[in-house]
Amino acid sequence: MKHRTFFWFILPTLSAMILFIAMPIVSVFVQSLFVAHEQVLVVSESCGPFGCTPTTSVDLEATEKLREEAPLGRFNGLGTYFNRSHLAIAEIGEAWANSDSLGAFWSQIYNLPFYNALIFTLTYTFVVTPAVLVLGLAIAVGVNNLPRALKGPSIFISLLPFLVTPLVGSLILFWMVDGDGVIGATIQKIFNDPSLSLKASTALTWIMLIVYGIWHTLPFSFITFYAGLQTVPDDTLEAAQIDGASKWQTMIHVVVPHLMPLVSFVTLMLIMDNLRVFEPIVSFSAEAHARSLSWVIFNDLRESGNPLYASAGATSLLTIIIVIFLMMPVLVRTWRDFTRKSH
Amino acid sequence: MFLKKVTAAGAFAGLMGTAAFAADCGPEGQSIRILASDFPAIHAVAGAAEANCGSGAAEFTRNHTTEARQIMNAALTPNPAEYTSVIVANATLTQLMNDGLVRPLNDLVEKYGQNIPKNLLISIDGNIMAVAFMANSQHLFSRQDLLEKAGVAEVPSTYAEMIDAAKSIRDAGIMEYPVVMNMKTGWNVGESFNLAFMAHGGEFFKPGTAEPSVNSPAGVAALETLKGLVEYAHPDHLTQASNETQGLWEAGQAALGIMWGSRGAPILDDEGSTAEITSNTVLSAAPSVEEGGVPGATLWWDGFTIASNVSDEEAEATFAALASALNKEMVMANNDDAVWLLDGFTPGAAAEGVSATAKAGAKPYPMIPQIGLMHNALGAELADFLKGDESAEQALADVEAAYITAAKEAGFLQ
Repeated sequence: MKHRTFFWFILPTLSAMILFIAMPIVSVFVQSLFVAHEQVLVVSESCGPFGCTPTTSVDLEATEKLREEAPLGRFNGLGTYFNRSHLAIAEIGEAWANSDSLGAFWSQIYNLPFYNALIFTLTYTFVVTPAVLVLGLAIAVGVNNLPRALKGPSIFISLLPFLVTPLVGSLILFWMVDGDGVIGATIQKIFNDPSLSLKASTALTWIMLIVYGIWHTLPFSFITFYAGLQTVPDDTLEAAQIDGASKWQTMIHVVVPHLMPLVSFVTLMLIMDNLRVFEPIVSFSAEAHARSLSWVIFNDLRESGNPLYASAGATSLLTIIIVIFLMMPVLVRTWRDFTRKSH
Repeated sequence: MFLKKVTAAGAFAGLMGTAAFAADCGPEGQSIRILASDFPAIHAVAGAAEANCGSGAAEFTRNHTTEARQIMNAALTPNPAEYTSVIVANATLTQLMNDGLVRPLNDLVEKYGQNIPKNLLISIDGNIMAVAFMANSQHLFSRQDLLEKAGVAEVPSTYAEMIDAAKSIRDAGIMEYPVVMNMKTGWNVGESFNLAFMAHGGEFFKPGTAEPSVNSPAGVAALETLKGLVEYAHPDHLTQASNETQGLWEAGQAALGIMWGSRGAPILDDEGSTAEITSNTVLSAAPSVEEGGVPGATLWWDGFTIASNVSDEEAEATFAALASALNKEMVMANNDDAVWLLDGFTPGAAAEGVSATAKAGAKPYPMIPQIGLMHNALGAELADFLKGDESAEQALADVEAAYITAAKEAGFLQ
């Protein structure tokens, strides 16, 4: 394709990407560099149905004047990125100096909100992603080998978890694992412990969230691999059979290499999806035990009455950086395949 | 009685007001747009305003949503604002005032507020910013039959008595987890801390500043109190908010509860529970630390505000419409939906808890600009202590650190 033609061909896509992807990220980055103006507080008396009390309130005129002079707020540079809610450089230094053992240091790191969320998010991603890849492939191969009449219904059933909205799906599971729910009560019976609660233990909550994550994303990898399996050339399979390869060997040496581009694709999608795990934490009311990076952003924007745009922006950008970092191996591999093919 | 006193003030004015409201809707042909929370009492007030003055207005819209708090600042910022009035509570009024989005009502009160009792005018430095009409607070719910069965003669009035009673119920084998409280991580657990903190005489900030002071002996004592109580609460308590605790109560799985007064009527009505449970449920003041001390509760009011960024005529029409709704007929028709602060209210069994709590000297929820940030920090950082993963001092130090980080970003601290 001529460069000129290519340019006109790509222009609509490119402009949409700049408008809807690049610009918002730049805007979020700029906002994350500023913090709100000083709120000028005045002491005043507040009265209501329950009597009068001295209180503080914001001096609106003074604060408004500051706002008009600089609508973005005060420039804070990368200060927000390094404060306690994010990378917490000073706190980590202090923890390193003050703790006598690695365990004590670790527990202080775990106590910092960003790292606490990061640890759960990464654990979730690194358990759910491979599990979904392997199980998805296994189900796809299983369904592919079913008799024709059973294929349709089993595909439909396997896709069901994907059709349920995450918020609703996790809420249903949340009620099922309740002490009065089907799963919760059964587990209590099995372990003969009426006070056993999946919601009250950090370890069990993590397991519950991870199992839910696998259940929910499995159909995506299953259907992608199932589609891929339809393209495996019969000739190659027959050749492998004639060479005396067992089913397992055919699978590992013929089918999987053929599906490799799909594996890269599914891995990329899963990493991105899993890193922004959010809905199950809210639906499971799991905030006491597990918080993710997305949950931290949500909390900064929503819960305090004053949305903390800089904090939310900083966490968002750090998340983007982590996503890029995690996808690097897959991206590098795709790039290598691409350059090899093109020569 | 507290409520009698409150409502008596409006009794005379109220009689005058009944004649006035039917006629006086302010300027005609204006657009009245109300944003409000979604519960029956608020529907009653906004609905009465629409019935009284809807016909004279060019447009009368009501948006009742549980997300009101989340959207109100954005909705009132443009000029003209999306809504002419927001119905708020103590905590949410400061959120609007911080951005200067609501106007002082002094002149409007003078013109249309003859029937509004003085004590319902929420004023800050002489500027009336809102008009309250109902009250709410947390208080104690007890199951008389279960207490008697466990040999507890009286409804507990202090935290120590409450813990003792819970222990007796457990020891008697009646219930393993007799206590329910709204301890869901986030806003609810923060609020539960506030209750105990108020009872222990704590101050959230150093006076006149935004410097935190929750990491104090009162803070530690409050956490110890909470810990003592949740010992007798279901292990899932960190996932339970009002709907869950009300459910447990109505299912007969609780004997002592600290819940919102607004849950009194739904619990005592004949829906969702058995007569055995409702007839034995007693509502009383929130427990205090010592006999006769400050109850562990925060008093709340709900009231209406008028937006800054609307024309004076729209503001006037909106105020007149809402003021006209605060009358005896509206209260009498919706008596059990709320603890009304208005004339015509007959406090029933469902209002007893709030009334006793207010009478015992509970403090209002602090109306301080930066309280939202503190509340959020409490909600996020206290779970580690309640799970038993860290000490009370460490948890409160984390709260202060999280608050300071957020307050610096929001401009309250330098």
